[in-house]
Amino acid sequence: MSDLQPPGIDPYRGVVPSLRRIGALIRRHAYLLLKSWPRIVSMAYYPTVTMVLWAFLTLYLAPTNRFLTDAPGFFIGAVLLWDVLFRGQLGVSLTFVEEVYSRNLGNLFVSPLRFHEFIAGQLAMSVLRTLIGVGGACLAAWLLFSYSIFSMGLPLVAFFATLLAFGWAVGLAVSAMILRYGLGAEELAWAAIFLVAPVSGVYYPIGVLPPALQAVSYALPTAHVFEGMRAVLLRHTFDIALFRNAVLLDAVYIAIGVALFGAAVHSARKRGTLLQMGE
Amino acid sequence: MTAAAIVVRDLRKRFAKVEAVRGVSFDVEPGTTTALLGGNGAGKTTTLSMLLGVLLPTAGSIHVLGCDMLHDRYRVLPRMNFTSPYVDLPKRLTVRENLRVFADLYGVARPSYRIGELTAELDLDLILKRPYGQLSAGQRTRVSLAKALLNRPDVLLLDEPTASLDPDIGDRVRTYLEEYQRSSGCTMLLASHNMNEVERMCADVIMLRAGNVVDHGSPADLIGRYGRETMEEVFLDIARGVEEREPGTAVEALS
Repeated sequence: MSDLQPPGIDPYRGVVPSLRRIGALIRRHAYLLLKSWPRIVSMAYYPTVTMVLWAFLTLYLAPTNRFLTDAPGFFIGAVLLWDVLFRGQLGVSLTFVEEVYSRNLGNLFVSPLRFHEFIAGQLAMSVLRTLIGVGGACLAAWLLFSYSIFSMGLPLVAFFATLLAFGWAVGLAVSAMILRYGLGAEELAWAAIFLVAPVSGVYYPIGVLPPALQAVSYALPTAHVFEGMRAVLLRHTFDIALFRNAVLLDAVYIAIGVALFGAAVHSARKRGTLLQMGE
Repeated sequence: MTAAAIVVRDLRKRFAKVEAVRGVSFDVEPGTTTALLGGNGAGKTTTLSMLLGVLLPTAGSIHVLGCDMLHDRYRVLPRMNFTSPYVDLPKRLTVRENLRVFADLYGVARPSYRIGELTAELDLDLILKRPYGQLSAGQRTRVSLAKALLNRPDVLLLDEPTASLDPDIGDRVRTYLEEYQRSSGCTMLLASHNMNEVERMCADVIMLRAGNVVDHGSPADLIGRYGRETMEEVFLDIARGVEEREPGTAVEALS
């Protein structure tokens, strides 16, 4: 049997082969993305239009509103950060939906691509899609309203990272649902994140919510991020406790998202749907 | 004696109330082509899916190139590949883009060179820049075969590799696969409904019916044992549950 035994040193294990496989997934989706300008425009379209709406509302209210006089970029900053979350989640879910539509899951899951590499590829695409989508809106905010999201300073990196991470967690959970229940669950990719919008305190403090909902809010990283954003914009302080809470909660939700997706893949391998799934 | 490249023992798969595969066992010798035959619902695709690791068996074991596919499949997956007309490649990517992506997934050294080789050998030159979704069924089959050969696999699982191909292209693909096997020593497991293809390419045939292995042997052996002239006739006998008989007694037995 010696001639059939695999070699002791596995040339397909290790960081470099792993990065190449993740790179292959990124390449696959980048090919698709970069050859279609309507696809790129559509990614930046919604965040830009929403930003413009809130910017005009700010212009209308600012002269009579002390709050907006003190923090004129409040709504624009909030809407841009919300879109980081939304695009981050869509980046994971839609990348997965694309594989399902292409009937490509079978090819991927019989290749040497490992489960964690598949997830890493999805997350990398999420970063790319978020940067394109929100980046376009940020540029428009700067050009049209002289508002730079970078005026938040270094805390912006913390807000971006923690929101993106929660978007990944929700995106993985949505991907798990699509894998388990088929493309009938595709609508979740677009709608799921809005379930947390009312309790995330994007445009208002968590304190305005009823006590029961406040408890729900503080169980989400988004509430801590947007409270942190208000601390930066209104009090010019970065609340490290809020940031720490957001990071810890992100870790919990990402673990749940990965576990759900892993369970869905295992279930698909038991039911035999990986080779059949598609439009 | 050389150990088998594929060893399957008491493989079972149950979907809810249906037992699709019922204790299948077989070996595939290295460097040979073995056919997995059976009518629709016999358990061929289910067995192939379990061999690939995309379907978990209810019971049993699978070893490919000495690796336990249920617990250590990532050690051997880089040395395997498969093609099936029922699994697509991304439709909006061109043929070249698809091949490049899969070359990277399989860790192919010098991917552009390898894609160039396969382009010449499988006559893909004119379609290399076309999106996969715009290809004819026959062209897609050739591209899927190119994808399956990118990593020069030691074990190749072929699900109807010449389906949708015209006789000329089908013959060229079969010749190509035979030459690839001669030069590489690749082990092939073939599911096909084309009995001429099976007679030509396969040293061994495993016949499945209702999830069981009902017969096994070389095409010549099976033809002799069933007293028939072609594998097509043997296939019909086995699929319809006719028992093997002494040569020359088939007509009497049927009447």
